[in-house]
Amino acid sequence: MSIFLSKDSRVVVQGMTGAEGGRHTARMVTAGTNVVAGVTPGKGGQVHQGIPVFSSVAEAMDSTGADVSVVFVPPRFTKGAVLEAVDAGIGLCVVITEGVPVHDSLEFLTLAKQSTTRIIGPNCPGLISPGASNAGIIPADITAPGRIGLVSKSGTLTYQLMYELRDIGFSTAVGIGGDPVIGTTHIDCLKAFQDDPDTDAIVMIGEIGGDAEERAAAYIEQHVTKPVVAYVAGFTAPEGKTMGHAGAIISGSAGTAQAKKEALEKVGVSVGRTPSETARLMRTLLEAA
Amino acid sequence: MDLFEHQAKELFARYGVPVPEGAVAATPEEARAIAAELAGPVVVKAQVKTGGRGKAGGIKPAPGPAAAEDAARTILGMDIKGHLTRRVLVEVANVPAEEYYAAFLVDRAAGSFLAMCSASGGMEIEELAATDPGALVKVPIDPLRGVDHETAAFIVTEAGLPADVAGEAADILVGLWKVMAGEDAVLVEVNPLARTADGRVLALDGKVTLDENADYRHERPADDTVGGDDLESRAKAKGLNYVKLDGSVGVIGNGAGLVMSTLDVVAQAGAKPANFLDIGGGASAQVMADGLGVILSDPDVKSVLVNVFGGITACDAVADGIVAALATLGEQGATHPIVVRLDGNNAEAGRRILDQAAHPAVRQVPTMDGAAEEAARLANAAA
Repeated sequence: MSIFLSKDSRVVVQGMTGAEGGRHTARMVTAGTNVVAGVTPGKGGQVHQGIPVFSSVAEAMDSTGADVSVVFVPPRFTKGAVLEAVDAGIGLCVVITEGVPVHDSLEFLTLAKQSTTRIIGPNCPGLISPGASNAGIIPADITAPGRIGLVSKSGTLTYQLMYELRDIGFSTAVGIGGDPVIGTTHIDCLKAFQDDPDTDAIVMIGEIGGDAEERAAAYIEQHVTKPVVAYVAGFTAPEGKTMGHAGAIISGSAGTAQAKKEALEKVGVSVGRTPSETARLMRTLLEAA
Repeated sequence: MDLFEHQAKELFARYGVPVPEGAVAATPEEARAIAAELAGPVVVKAQVKTGGRGKAGGIKPAPGPAAAEDAARTILGMDIKGHLTRRVLVEVANVPAEEYYAAFLVDRAAGSFLAMCSASGGMEIEELAATDPGALVKVPIDPLRGVDHETAAFIVTEAGLPADVAGEAADILVGLWKVMAGEDAVLVEVNPLARTADGRVLALDGKVTLDENADYRHERPADDTVGGDDLESRAKAKGLNYVKLDGSVGVIGNGAGLVMSTLDVVAQAGAKPANFLDIGGGASAQVMADGLGVILSDPDVKSVLVNVFGGITACDAVADGIVAALATLGEQGATHPIVVRLDGNNAEAGRRILDQAAHPAVRQVPTMDGAAEEAARLANAAA
């Protein structure tokens, strides 16, 4: 088992005929993902990389039973693409695109909340349930299936931690994205991992900016009984500077790594000061279990 | 991008939000001319993108043109919290009888917009929120509905603004929302929103932050960030995601999270990072050369740490990039030791390329922690 994505997931790639979409579709297929369709408006009826292309998500779902979409379209078309997937009633929509205007994100996220669609992202690497399915751009060859669940704002830190713990393996790793507003949060993933019988322990990776980690800490205290190890990036980040991710900015005294670390430790979560220390803490916890 | 006050007020005026009459000046003489045209008392305000201008002496009243010229002479060139004052706003002095507060922003936690309003404006809003949280009203704004007159009237009433200004204030809130929605802003703040002695309501100050992701669909004011670090300007011109810091270990990595983490690991190892530089997913030779070029021209840098976990990025491409960058940079490339850690996608091939190139400045360390320790040691030894 896993969360949000399994071997039964039927994936449609929006923007598959573009360069990025095509390249990552090939990688997803190699990783064992069941990619059943691509969508590019006006290109319905074509076959691209051996996969049928449809002009709309609704047509793709009707013809192939797709239930997960992965969005690779450019920022200015992202809102339209996501709304199309939401309108078609897809279960999960993973928005990889970086650089989506916040007003667009707020519009499609608000509409998605009123629908049955879960959004992951935007500006995220997607999610992988190793050995089963890969929806996005996370490298599939870092590690194998296992019993750790991982949730992270950052793509490369996800890879780094999966690599550090590659001998143990992961149930699902979810990159929720570094934008100020995102569809699926740390808390959503913590809840899903807590409920997943095949996840024994959870790695949570945060970074400066906002208060998602503090809210996750409050959630963990109330609802999570599985062991959680956390890592927060950005202890040396200065105030008022955006550190790569649009959401990674310390405003005044709010959003510091130290405040997040303290909030997590207060509820009994071990927080590593580096990725390697975080991995060691996870090993210690698993050995004790 | 944060706007200067005068740019924010220009937007306000365009969307029908009343602001004091005024204009921006780059010299004392210009300030004098503007004051002469405005006639009567003016206020001369430093245009810097930071708070606390008043306390720093960056805002001065002037009864007439000569005083405005003097005030501008004092303020222009002033350093306010590290921001160099290049321009002043000269505007008609409006003495507020009452000061309110109004803002729209993105509520990250709620995934919506948020209106904030208070009948007690003027002071720093963080201070108000701390001392009298009840005086600051927060109203969620549905991104699909926005702010119509009815919503705006509700906000100002909740905030306790006097009934005789409520209508005017609500109109202003609708105008501010139009700035927010029409310009793809992520923050629009007016503090104070003032009622003058003669009963007018207008925005005496303005702060606007625009969403750079939406620049493609707007005509944006020129981003002539004043007092910006030269290295940051150069990096920005090359499209690099670079932030100058105050240490001696230059850092290059792929992915914002990994680079932030690398800075922390360098600090753990006992040195301070000189910069944040994220070369992103497709680390071409050119991007690596540009990045190394900027970092090596930073006089504070004593060693360089390249930390790459190849996800999509193939490490052999990164290694090719480093070799090509050093060739491009020539002599300058060898001025400081470059510690490289490659892991992930095609790491073996990448390491082999660097081994074969055998550049005297480059040394490889297999782990992130080990590489940070080596870069820190080298930087400290060179200090």
